[in-house]
Amino acid sequence: MAEQEVVLMKGNEAIAHAAVRCGCDGYFGYPITPQSEVIETLSALKPWETTGMVVLQAESEVASINMVYGGAGAGKRVMTSSSSPGVALMQEGIAYMAGAELPGVFVNVQRGGPGLGTIQPSQGDYYQATRGGGNGDYNVIVLAPASVQEMADFVDLAFNLAFKYRNPAMILSDGIIGQMMEKVVLPPQKPRRTDEEVIRECPWASTGRTKDRKPNVISSLELRPEEMERVNLRLQAKYAEIRKKEVRYETLFCDDADYLFVAFGSASRLAQKAVEIAREQGIKIGLFRPITLWPFPTQEVARMAHGKKGVLVVEINAGQMIDDVRLAINGEVPVEGFGRLGGIVPEPEEIVEALKEKLTLMQK
Amino acid sequence: MDNQEIIRPENLVYDKPTLLNDNPMHYCPGCSHGVVHKLVAEVIEEMGMEEKTVGISPVGCAVFAYKYIDIDWQEAAHGRAPAIATAIKRLWPDRLVFTYQGDGDLACIGTAETIHALNRGEHIAIIFINNAIYGMTGGQMAPTTLIGQKTSTCPYGREPALHGYPLNITKIASELEGTCYVSRQSVESVASIRRAKKAIRKAFEASMKGLGSSLVEIVSTCSSGWKMPPAKANKWMEENMFKFYEKGDLKDTTGL
Amino acid sequence: MARIKGAIVVNTDRCKGCLLCVDACPKDVIGRTGKRVNKSGYPFVEAVRPDDCIGCASCAIVCPDGCIAVYRKKVEE
Repeated sequence: MAEQEVVLMKGNEAIAHAAVRCGCDGYFGYPITPQSEVIETLSALKPWETTGMVVLQAESEVASINMVYGGAGAGKRVMTSSSSPGVALMQEGIAYMAGAELPGVFVNVQRGGPGLGTIQPSQGDYYQATRGGGNGDYNVIVLAPASVQEMADFVDLAFNLAFKYRNPAMILSDGIIGQMMEKVVLPPQKPRRTDEEVIRECPWASTGRTKDRKPNVISSLELRPEEMERVNLRLQAKYAEIRKKEVRYETLFCDDADYLFVAFGSASRLAQKAVEIAREQGIKIGLFRPITLWPFPTQEVARMAHGKKGVLVVEINAGQMIDDVRLAINGEVPVEGFGRLGGIVPEPEEIVEALKEKLTLMQK
Repeated sequence: MDNQEIIRPENLVYDKPTLLNDNPMHYCPGCSHGVVHKLVAEVIEEMGMEEKTVGISPVGCAVFAYKYIDIDWQEAAHGRAPAIATAIKRLWPDRLVFTYQGDGDLACIGTAETIHALNRGEHIAIIFINNAIYGMTGGQMAPTTLIGQKTSTCPYGREPALHGYPLNITKIASELEGTCYVSRQSVESVASIRRAKKAIRKAFEASMKGLGSSLVEIVSTCSSGWKMPPAKANKWMEENMFKFYEKGDLKDTTGL
Repeated sequence: MARIKGAIVVNTDRCKGCLLCVDACPKDVIGRTGKRVNKSGYPFVEAVRPDDCIGCASCAIVCPDGCIAVYRKKVEE
């Protein structure tokens, strides 16, 4: 594909193409609906013949995330992708990566749950993603794409953030974004780093101990409590820095708005349409779209909500991000939530009706 | 001739390898881990691979293997070492990549990772310390525990109706297409230690030559878990474990 | 007439008193002298009959802690 060419493809396919183009060293994954196109596309692209990228279908999601752990511990740009039940299996590996401070990327193309659930889209893993679904005090950087273009753009971004902070980074997508087809401009091909560049960028990695240094040990284990507290305080300091520097969000039509939608990912696309419909009906409403779900744009939400008459959080789950919105707004403005469950995707008209029922009509 | 005339550098015939550092090892007195660590360090040194080796340590008593052998290590989650090794070897093909795992790690929680990495023929070597018990956590039953053997979770002896049968995973490994070398050894006598070292060396060389995956099981003792002093534990192993876990090369297509 | 004479040096601080070396020695060279323990509290071993040592290194080979260095010299009688 020529550079800067506009092509039409699914979100899942865009992840695969972007991975090859951003110099990813390895992808280790397992099939699960609705994201199997990621590994299928990579398998068809045969990047091991072009860039030398490793693509391996692992025996489970458990194996996949541990392969990412191993590759990341060796300083390489490695990633995996899965969907909700598979990501649940990966929580152990993700926590180990956070504890060992490893830079890996993983994609969750969410589907309905809980448990085996359904193959239809949902946003039900917000808690799992932002609260850290594994054990202990940690966070992963969470990016929420809302378009196929963002699926393509966020792969390199996720890797850059992961390596900048030596922390796992997640692209929290869903079945709609994964399966829908849109125009996308794919990034130009970036070469994979050489072995020397890897060792230079990651002097902490376990790549074979040369005589000029002590052995490197990649581990999340520390049995001495004072040391373990130090490790945890270091992690917390890192997270504080990420919170300060890496918040990303988008606002639409908020300047003259009386009300606010807050929505991420595919729900934000629905909410965008709902803004149109509501304004046609005379309701002045805007949209606040968090792009990083962790770090959550707490101050920015609070600032935007200030002086508004009400906030409706639209998400395809039973109400998860609404907690973070309520924490940010801290009671200053009424906050209500709307969503559908079971993999049902709400219509924009439904969202407007909910807005009226819960906020605008109640305040007349 | 007195001792001082013999104890001279030029007369040294055996010492612990330098790669096995001076940190005192936390293993129980008489534990087989110490001997195998020594052999692994010797083989890496003899192959000149000190700067190009990555080891993956397990969850188990040997979780701290990284404290004793001065190479780069990754600490794995319980059972996951072969997956980690798979990625490292595929991404750094010129490195010697080996895992070091106990029986609970490799043959219980990690069964899937073990079988699939071996079956894919990843160019890695797996060193499998089998003492038929969960040592680190205090002596519970493992899938490798023998019928009649007593542990803290089968205090009246393992019985098939309640606990199922011992798992001979090395035999399964020898039947997988991806493996090129599968061997079972032990380290209780000088002769067996010499054979075990040869097996480890062959496994490491096979992985560097890209001949497939290797598994070297070391049938071992666990004095604490079995509640026996070391010499008695060796005897118990000889009389009971070797019958079910037969020693020797189960598969060797390496040509080495 | 030459014979082989050996000598061992035991790192008594590292020794855990597992006694596998005692079992392995073909010449009963190594053993415990009384109830002495090292600073880790282990009853360590040492060469109790050093003159009988032939430097076969059996003790050092079976030692799980790598405590023993073995020396060997051909001696003319």
